[in-house]
Amino acid sequence: VNVVFVDREGRQVPVRGRVGDNVLHLAQRHGLELEGACEASLACSTCHVYISEPHLARLPAPEEREEDLLDQAPLLQENSRLGCQLRLSPALEGARIALPRLTRNFYVDGHVPKPH
Amino acid sequence: PRVCVVGSGPAGFYTAQHILKHHGGALVDIYEKLPVPFGLVRFGVAPDHPEVKNVTNTFTQTARSGRCGFYGNVTVGRDVTVPELQQAYHAVVLSYGAEDNRVLGIPGENLPGVYSARAFVGWYNGLPENQDLKPDLSCETALILGHGNVALDIARILLSPLQLLRKTDITDSSLAALACSKVKRVWLVGRRGPLQVAFTIKELREMINLPGARAVLDPADFKGLESAVKDASRPRKRLTELMIKTALEKPVEMQAAAAGAAAPREWGLKFQRSPQEVLPSADGRRARGVRMALTRLEGSGDSAKAIPTGDVEELECGLVLSSIGYRSLPLDPAVPFDSQRGVIPNSSGRVEGVPGLYCSGWVKRGPTGVIITTMNDSFDTAQSLLEDLQGGVLDISPSREGFGLVESILHSRGVRPVSFSDWEKIDAAEVARGKAAGKPREKIVDPAEMLRIIGH
Repeated sequence: VNVVFVDREGRQVPVRGRVGDNVLHLAQRHGLELEGACEASLACSTCHVYISEPHLARLPAPEEREEDLLDQAPLLQENSRLGCQLRLSPALEGARIALPRLTRNFYVDGHVPKPH
Repeated sequence: PRVCVVGSGPAGFYTAQHILKHHGGALVDIYEKLPVPFGLVRFGVAPDHPEVKNVTNTFTQTARSGRCGFYGNVTVGRDVTVPELQQAYHAVVLSYGAEDNRVLGIPGENLPGVYSARAFVGWYNGLPENQDLKPDLSCETALILGHGNVALDIARILLSPLQLLRKTDITDSSLAALACSKVKRVWLVGRRGPLQVAFTIKELREMINLPGARAVLDPADFKGLESAVKDASRPRKRLTELMIKTALEKPVEMQAAAAGAAAPREWGLKFQRSPQEVLPSADGRRARGVRMALTRLEGSGDSAKAIPTGDVEELECGLVLSSIGYRSLPLDPAVPFDSQRGVIPNSSGRVEGVPGLYCSGWVKRGPTGVIITTMNDSFDTAQSLLEDLQGGVLDISPSREGFGLVESILHSRGVRPVSFSDWEKIDAAEVARGKAAGKPREKIVDPAEMLRIIGH
């Protein structure tokens, strides 16, 4: 399955993976700066990514636990998912998987203190 | 370039990781005041949240990398000063977090039976300085002041079935105390309303689903809120909808016997109550309740303010936990500190007015946020530092000796640092001790014992 990762600087990184590959681990294997702090156990949101349409719609819907964690991800968008919960499938052929862009203004514009 | 990081929690480690990854020649030394690393991941994250602690594996990889040094048992500001570190390193990053807590500032706050949430969490998580807390759990009702995730953590630990806690890395002594606990009712009390709660949905759901405990939420508190959150942000909307749903649900028959409790335990949320005074018992020797000022809300959303209405209410309880926020302390006279905001004044992690000094984590932004927030923030500071290296703002032409210089300073002061492989011996001892009890580890809570294990 061919996908294109987009790193935090906006650079495109084409990657060829296999059906069943975990998206977080695939990204990490190809040198993308995607953290998996809780090691894919649905206890953090560090592997937050954006999935292009129409690929997003073809994915199985997130379970409630993933939705709860997405609520905590900065720069949440309609097409946000947790990378550790996604596996490559033919449905993702040609998908763009983008890492959130943390611009220097991130903490000035629209930064809302998060609970802990 | 030689970089020094003060603090080995998530902020310290993520800042170090980012610098090491993006600069092939940088050498980074992490200093920590305790003999053991990882800060709040070890001492703050609840014992029943082991997956959150997986991040220590990432930190361990960083610590083991050739260009990273770890020096535990070194208190910066006492054993070595920040100016001395600035002599030894090209750049110093302060990531020492928030070791104190905000105070209520009300009469009776110092009565026996009143504790800060920070100290209580430190107690059950094995933080050495809180081991002598000896919280009195002999009352039936506990009040937790605050509506954040720390408040929920404490409520959950107080009401969790013992057989669940027994399998975690909660300390043996706190487990023994909880086994004798009479606490069966916990109220989380906040000054503002349901739309201002600071806890998050994952933790709330966990509380709602806690075996052997039922949620007591008053539907009247949630009147009209369904429509109020129609246009709110997704997290706020989902969280409020869950509270409303829980308030309107009929209580489910709890399998009290299965949970090992004589009668179901209960917990609830109280809103728009601001603590005025902790009331003493008749003999004046302990807390017996809290007098609350009832409030109304002015404004809406995150910036809504709680204004006392003049009405008061007394809530009876024997245990009061104040969960109103952590707080950073100033480290060294050489480091500017904004005591009002409790942070080091900075711009993108560059400490104002002090070239070569940076900060990351809670001491930079204030004490809120989960691991992802601190991670992003640490990368932001690391970026500033890397930019300054690249742009020549950080002058690396003078040679700096790094730990070579600090070592002789520490030696002259009788301080013996703990290395990362020393920590790994302590780690192995804790895991071995835990194995017998079916726990991931049995934390060692006495620093002297830690030092004995490593032969210091």
